[in-house]
Amino acid sequence: MSTLLEVSGVSVSFDGFKAINNLSFEIGPAELRAIIGPNGAGKTTFMDIVTGKTRPDEGDVLWGEMSRSLLKMNESQIAQAGIGRKFQRPTVFEDQSVFENLLMALRKDRAPWKVLFYRETAEDRARVGELAEEIGLADQLPRKAGELSHGQKQWLEIGMLLAQEPRLLLVDEPAAGMTLAEREHTTDLLKQAAKTRAVIVVEHDMEFVRRLDCRVTVLHEGSVLAEGSLDFVTKNQQVIDVYLGR
Amino acid sequence: MRQSFIAKNPSVLIFLACLGLFTLVVSVLSEGMGIGLISTSFVKTLGKTLCLCLVAIAMDLAWGYAGILSLGHFAFFGLGGYMIGMWLMYARTEGIVAASLANAEIPPTPDELRSAIATQIFGVVGSSDFPAIWVFAHSLPLQLALVVLVPGLLALIFGWLAFRSRVTGVYLSILTQAMTLALALYLFQNDSGLRGNNGLSGLQNIPGAEAVPQSVISVWFLWGSAAALGLGYVIAAFVVSGKFGSVIRGIRDDEARVRFLGYSVEGYKLFVFTLTAVIAGIAGALYYPQAGIINPKEIAPIASIYLAVWVAIGGRGRLYGAVIGAALVSLLSTWFTGGRVPDLPLGFYTVSWVDWWQVLLGLSFVLVTLFAPKGIGGLFDLLTGRRAPDRHGADLGPGPGALREKEAEQ
Repeated sequence: MSTLLEVSGVSVSFDGFKAINNLSFEIGPAELRAIIGPNGAGKTTFMDIVTGKTRPDEGDVLWGEMSRSLLKMNESQIAQAGIGRKFQRPTVFEDQSVFENLLMALRKDRAPWKVLFYRETAEDRARVGELAEEIGLADQLPRKAGELSHGQKQWLEIGMLLAQEPRLLLVDEPAAGMTLAEREHTTDLLKQAAKTRAVIVVEHDMEFVRRLDCRVTVLHEGSVLAEGSLDFVTKNQQVIDVYLGR
Repeated sequence: MRQSFIAKNPSVLIFLACLGLFTLVVSVLSEGMGIGLISTSFVKTLGKTLCLCLVAIAMDLAWGYAGILSLGHFAFFGLGGYMIGMWLMYARTEGIVAASLANAEIPPTPDELRSAIATQIFGVVGSSDFPAIWVFAHSLPLQLALVVLVPGLLALIFGWLAFRSRVTGVYLSILTQAMTLALALYLFQNDSGLRGNNGLSGLQNIPGAEAVPQSVISVWFLWGSAAALGLGYVIAAFVVSGKFGSVIRGIRDDEARVRFLGYSVEGYKLFVFTLTAVIAGIAGALYYPQAGIINPKEIAPIASIYLAVWVAIGGRGRLYGAVIGAALVSLLSTWFTGGRVPDLPLGFYTVSWVDWWQVLLGLSFVLVTLFAPKGIGGLFDLLTGRRAPDRHGADLGPGPGALREKEAEQ
């Protein structure tokens, strides 16, 4: 299997504290992967590096078949290259309708001039409708995103990610604060998405990770501690010591 | 579901109708064109107010929509005024000098003529040569181009430097204010080439229209200002109505999220900043021929702060709010500071409004910010039922459900 994203030997430190320490990681083009680890293991920093928010001190991040380095690109260029990110807290544009939120995320020319003269086509509206159907918000399109429930906002954000048609989805704690039924829906969404693209889920909740039923990477103190199926890593003595056993 | 631009923005038609009606009524009541109920100076005040409304729209676009609290838009406004002022002053002085030299026995050479004009204009700052920046002053089309180009280029360069470094929020405001202050201080110098603190004057005299009385010219400028305001409103409404509006409001609310959606936030900010600077420049170019004089004091940072206050009081994030705020506050300000408001005797102290107006204005700014963040424009929400989402987390109950249905129909 070819790799879509390859992170090799990356380190980054903040004021002397090594948040990421010689981390190497790779993921294929259609794969679901969960990243777990205790607080401060470097999960969010890892995402920051991949999406261009944080520059690593050393190491390289290579992307796609052409193995382009992501380190020379800024956030918006990385996003346009096909990496979508969902934050822990649902961040949708609360003052705008669900429709506007999704329309903004649709994969289209992002240049200001093109956007200024952009007028939505029937095709775009149909695509937004499809996405809304997929995330279960089809009847909420004209509502302001700020009026949605917490779970609905999370889905809207996942919908916005899907609208971007990224090749890699980075999802930070999607199940936080969700009810059981909402979690199941979220799991389905992520599994469905992973059929056609790479999805990396950062999660604390073991039960949720189990339901995802995928390969798991355990981070600890900024580097990979173990990798494999959930059952495999939970039997690893080191993992038990640092994370599960506590 | 697809609607035309006007159908989506009913406020545009209403605004244009109000503006047209206002212009018509003022023209009919004016001294120059109508029955003379409104004095020429008041027509000029109204015309100037329209220009202030236009720059307020620019400010609202930058601050209310894109979240760029610029304290430099009056600098762009002033620059627009200076650019048109240069031509007005040059052309008028040329006419006067040519007339006085016409009686000389030997007709003046072009060089002599030019030097005489320079002495006439720059004698006040002890110079008799044209500074390099006056090279285009003889040409109206070129100076008109500079009205757009100078503020636009300054905003482009300044914005590029500031946004590229990801300067945001209050730091950006301070930076824009520093730019404004630096520009004002530079213009105060006699060798800045724009007559130092004397500024440019006599701008109300339009070259080529010497025979037309001011009462008529004032109405012409009222029309010009109204047309510019109407056009500016339509352009601004177009910019904020579609996806572009979505993106810049997104930038205002959560810049990082927009960046991760793949939009180059810096490019959008730069576009909005430059566009609004150009609009401000055009507004200034219409304002100062009505004011008659421009000097560096007009560019001082306090003017830009007033602009922010107008927009805040009128209501950020809606174009008509900015217009209402600018019109109301600047007209009230003219009224209060004009000394025509009777003093308020309190027995132990007499409130003289000329001095106390600013206190009143400051107080109302604080009150609006605290208790009515939507400003005067928020009153229209009571009429139309537009509401910001105030619910976080919970589903709508059966009560507010009726409202939701109404929204869905729209």
